[in-house]
Amino acid sequence: MIATLTPYQGSWDQSTARHLLKRTVFGATKEQVDAFAAKGISACLDQLLDDSAPQPSPPVKEYNSSAAASPDTLIAAGQTWVNDPNNDGTVAALRRASFKKWWVGRLIFQEATLREKMTLFWHNHFATESADVGNAQYVYKHHQLLRSHALGNIKALTRSVSVDPAMLVYLNGQNNNRTAPDENYSREIQELFVIGKGPGAGFTEADVKAAARVLTGWRNNATKIESFFDSTRHDTTNKEFSSFYGGKIIAGRTGPTAGDQELDNLITMLFSVEEASLFLCRKLYRWFLYYEITSEVEASVIAPLAKIMRDNNFEVKPVLRALLSSSHFYETTYIGAQIKSPADMLIGMLRETDVQFASADAYAINYPLWNQLVAYLTNMQQNLGDPPDVSGWKAFYQEPGFYEYWINTDTLPKRIQYLDILATTGYTMNGFKVAVNGVNLVRKFSRPENPNFLIDDLVNHLLGIGITPAHKTQLKRDILLAGQSEDYYWTNAWETYVATPSNAANTKHVTTAITSLVKYLMNLPEYQLM
Amino acid sequence: MDRRRFINNYLPAGLMVPSFMSGVGFRAYASGHQLLDNYLLPAGDNDRVLVVIQLNGGNDGLNTVIPIDKFGQYYNARNNVYIAQEKVLRLDRHPNTGLHPAMTGMQQLFNEGKMHIVQSVGYPRPNFSHFRATDIWMSASESNQVVNTGWLGRLLDELYPGFPSNYPNTTMPDPLAIQIGSVTSLTLQGPAQPMGMSISNPSSFYSFVNNQSDPAPNSYAGKELTFVRETYRQTQRYGDVIKTANSKVTSQMPYPTGNTLADQLKIVARLIKGGLKTKIYLVSYGGFDTHANQVNTGDTTGGIHARLLGNVSSAIKAFQDDLRFLEIEKRVVGMTYSEFGRRIKSNGSNGTDHGAAAPLFVFGDSVQPGISGNNPDIPLNATVSDNVPYQYDFRSVYASILSNWLCVDAGMLNTVMLKQFQNLPLTKTGTCSVLSPVGDPDQLLVPYPNPFFSTIKVQFKTAGGHTLIQVLDGAGRLVKILIDQVMDPGTFETQYNGQHLPAGVYYIRLQNEIIQQVKTVIKV
Repeated sequence: MIATLTPYQGSWDQSTARHLLKRTVFGATKEQVDAFAAKGISACLDQLLDDSAPQPSPPVKEYNSSAAASPDTLIAAGQTWVNDPNNDGTVAALRRASFKKWWVGRLIFQEATLREKMTLFWHNHFATESADVGNAQYVYKHHQLLRSHALGNIKALTRSVSVDPAMLVYLNGQNNNRTAPDENYSREIQELFVIGKGPGAGFTEADVKAAARVLTGWRNNATKIESFFDSTRHDTTNKEFSSFYGGKIIAGRTGPTAGDQELDNLITMLFSVEEASLFLCRKLYRWFLYYEITSEVEASVIAPLAKIMRDNNFEVKPVLRALLSSSHFYETTYIGAQIKSPADMLIGMLRETDVQFASADAYAINYPLWNQLVAYLTNMQQNLGDPPDVSGWKAFYQEPGFYEYWINTDTLPKRIQYLDILATTGYTMNGFKVAVNGVNLVRKFSRPENPNFLIDDLVNHLLGIGITPAHKTQLKRDILLAGQSEDYYWTNAWETYVATPSNAANTKHVTTAITSLVKYLMNLPEYQLM
Repeated sequence: MDRRRFINNYLPAGLMVPSFMSGVGFRAYASGHQLLDNYLLPAGDNDRVLVVIQLNGGNDGLNTVIPIDKFGQYYNARNNVYIAQEKVLRLDRHPNTGLHPAMTGMQQLFNEGKMHIVQSVGYPRPNFSHFRATDIWMSASESNQVVNTGWLGRLLDELYPGFPSNYPNTTMPDPLAIQIGSVTSLTLQGPAQPMGMSISNPSSFYSFVNNQSDPAPNSYAGKELTFVRETYRQTQRYGDVIKTANSKVTSQMPYPTGNTLADQLKIVARLIKGGLKTKIYLVSYGGFDTHANQVNTGDTTGGIHARLLGNVSSAIKAFQDDLRFLEIEKRVVGMTYSEFGRRIKSNGSNGTDHGAAAPLFVFGDSVQPGISGNNPDIPLNATVSDNVPYQYDFRSVYASILSNWLCVDAGMLNTVMLKQFQNLPLTKTGTCSVLSPVGDPDQLLVPYPNPFFSTIKVQFKTAGGHTLIQVLDGAGRLVKILIDQVMDPGTFETQYNGQHLPAGVYYIRLQNEIIQQVKTVIKV
């Protein structure tokens, strides 16, 4: 009998707090783990679900567009470009790159709330590729739509996405007209966005064709950076759906409000199918907990979660609260069972080791630094803003491996290489260096002068699954004690370092040992898990 | 089953079986037969290689292999994306079929006898979802069946039992399969783990130390830890092998630049020449989901699809030229596939929506030149629902390559392919078992009356053996199986009462061992 959606009643400590944080934010700092452990599960959920903070200021111009045919010279450096309709190809490419750097910056500077994790969830769910969309203003507008609805109402978000300019480009909605309907969006809203392709998904090819006709007539206005409805391109006949949708007929409408009315009908019809809530809950489950959904989990976790979703008219917060505070979520088998996505690994690594960037407004320094992280993520197969295709990343849908598809003989060496770079030399741009400072990290621990506590704390903080006492003893001896056997050897070195950092030889020894230890732990397979 | 079975069924590439053996399955001679044992080469650099090229997104078959003899219907169905008849590239000995104008390299390969086109490849009850259709192709499952292993993953699991324990070893020191790129494909998924290795740059593997392994807990977390550890181990073990093979090749023929498929095939050629015993290589090239702007307005020979096909064609041509230069041309056969073709009728966005069957290409020095199957039938006034029905099951293509090129024996073939499939003459006679291409089977299948109102009669001729007769609807979906049994040779008749069917286009499909035929019938 597995644990169910019943609220978790067990003890609340550092390990449960860390598990919750690792799954809900990208990398938990030592301070956040301490704060979460101190305040109890209910207050933690309150904080994670609080999206009242203002939206971040938009990306700014940090590029030089002078080589473009139509450079955006009226936008000053440091000012945002998102409302300027310039759609020169070169400018658009620079802006899309600017957007990606900015996004990585938002991940770096995130607070302990679900906003970033859920924004990425929706990006994976309503996947679009910025390279295909082209227009950077659309790309940002689409992202802002996901971000502002990250913890909101799924129905409302789906409706908005359906006529969002970037989506109208990406899945050809802007070309969908009554004379020759384009089925691209119509298929994906059913197969990928709302109903899914589980055993309970029974929509038909005729439903794809009918929904395509409902969605005819929407177009984009690049100058206004918005979409609009063109009734002359709309199919005004009735659209009849299969028995899966109860034989629903969406009455053909005419005039300027036809598109909105029929879209409202379509959204209502799609979400009235029980499978919609089940599909969305499975997807959330796989995002936050684990990919394998046994029939037992389906019955005792997914089905009641889906009922919560329906009872709350597709508000996402009650669903997340129920899942993240359930006894099921804290079962031992799941602790450390997620293979980290590249973003979880890279951004998480930077945040849990408290790597410092320039201040939030120092865009000229930060954007190039963030650009390096965009490149790392891309090489590890998570190019934020450009998932592989409309189904998002394979790790979240592809049977049978799911998360395991992140890791193969090509991506694994890259992961370790980037971790090594950041854990040792770091990288430098314009004189600003990004690197882990292991000594600053271990200073936050309870007893850094004691090599046993130090290793315990560091292992707990970094690894998804612990290592054996024998393994720790070996690490202590080989790295912290430099082959000696007495603990005081380390204690003396640490205390000397704290008292007299100017003792160059000792300081070098301490920092080298800590760096080696951090690098060693990050090289372990256990570090790839969370 | 073991590797020995595979070797036993192997004939050296390029060696023709004497003609007196025509019609005799090679397996009968496999073990201990003096004549053939002499032909067996030592395991080494003589092994056969299969290169599989995935065209992601659903390639528009009708604008790739163009039905010149049905040009009027073709034009009617897609007057905004059709390729003008005078622009279509011509194929020697096949005046009714041509290639997209961007495919000059593949036209040359075809005319040199190094390419085989298989028309209308698909399967019963086609699926129109990218993801499901891709899974079907990669797993080689039935359309309504979910199989979580890949067809080549199952093959490698049979050939190299127990992998990854005790691998690499002296018999197989190299990766079982190599996928170029950073992703892991379902195609190579074995029953317990992926059977292949992914690489994007064979010259630079980042080295790292494999640390001590503590026992993995018996939990989901332990399961994932074990997976990650296994990937560590394989990366380290095979990394050096690949670097070494890669560094042995110092000179290659030029490949087109700015063409990621060419970049991938260039690596494949290096690694084969570099001495890897790896038999399977996977590469992929995306962007074929051409719902919009498939062609340029005003010049349909330009646009997204032209660029894609041009790159595919020039990459494959450069690869073939390089294989010849590297003197490994006889060892390599390649095939393309895409998860589906596109709709017969184009849409209003200068594009085409998801469809059903489509042609694929098998290429290499050892392929049987020519075309299997006929140009697809296109209705006079195609509607948005009309699809190209399949003539060949894609699993027949897989099975034929496995048995006739990689020399997988019948027992293993059944295990890998999950059931029996039609054997097609895609590779030259005598590479393993013996098959000869058949002449024009035009009169093998005669449905009448046509058009029909209620009952349609089907007269058919079978050469004996397994005989299958199916009724498909206009979208290519299976409606009814009329005959599915082993028969004696002869001419027979069956009938079908289609009174309940909606009026429209239907297809009658005959499959008799290597022979197949599709006839269009109209229900009124």
